[in-house]
Amino acid sequence: MWATTSAEDSVPLHSSRDVVRARQLVRDHAVAMGFSLVEQTKLVTAASELARNTVDYGGGGTVDIARVEGRGGTGIRLTFVDEGPGIPDVELALRDHYTTGTGLGMGLGGARRLVNEFEIESTVGVGTRITVTKWKRP
Amino acid sequence: MDRIPILKLGDLLLVTIQVDMHDQLALALEDDLGQRIVETGAHGVLIDISSVELVDSFIGRMLGNIAAMARVLDAITVVVGMRPAVAITLVDLGLSLPQIRTALDVDAGVALLNGLLVAQTDGR
Repeated sequence: MWATTSAEDSVPLHSSRDVVRARQLVRDHAVAMGFSLVEQTKLVTAASELARNTVDYGGGGTVDIARVEGRGGTGIRLTFVDEGPGIPDVELALRDHYTTGTGLGMGLGGARRLVNEFEIESTVGVGTRITVTKWKRP
Repeated sequence: MDRIPILKLGDLLLVTIQVDMHDQLALALEDDLGQRIVETGAHGVLIDISSVELVDSFIGRMLGNIAAMARVLDAITVVVGMRPAVAITLVDLGLSLPQIRTALDVDAGVALLNGLLVAQTDGR
């Protein structure tokens, strides 16, 4: 893999207060790396959506925050992991307005639009891992 | 549990959100505002989000719910002070909040509300 990582942070996600803590820590990293205000806001908003999904649908989990370097320059990679029920149909879950809960159904698809790279691996009965990367604009 | 304060200003209720709200706090604000609209008979609700650095789908939904609930309780909601970075992000997220009236700042929001309330009274 061409990306190297550093400055790891890991935040447990079990409540809505953990969601706040995670997005504040993501903001701190984005500010420290010199992301523009709009880029910070997009990344932190994506982090908030995905962290809430981990708590509400994944039964809790963690997010790892890493600073990465690669062909895209420098960036932040967030990895959300849960051992929840998994997502049976990922394509459907990514579709706007689709929800199995009480949300708006904008979280997953919306988060994908706010970052540069978005990967999702999910196995029913095992859990879900979502990895997103936002590169800092030169 | 902590709460977002709701101030009464004449016929209006003013809410200034100055903290990074967790989800329970947002839900409590919805409940409290419904209660206060009924108690005070306010016809306008002004929500100042100029200190808010993030509006995700949950907070967006809260704003929409408040506007819809207030409407049913005979009150008009105006959201003021949205930061440009927040607005850009909301549109990318897929939320354009069509049901919410907005103004750039509190002064413009009060003027908009007063105008709407006068127009509504004249129409009755």
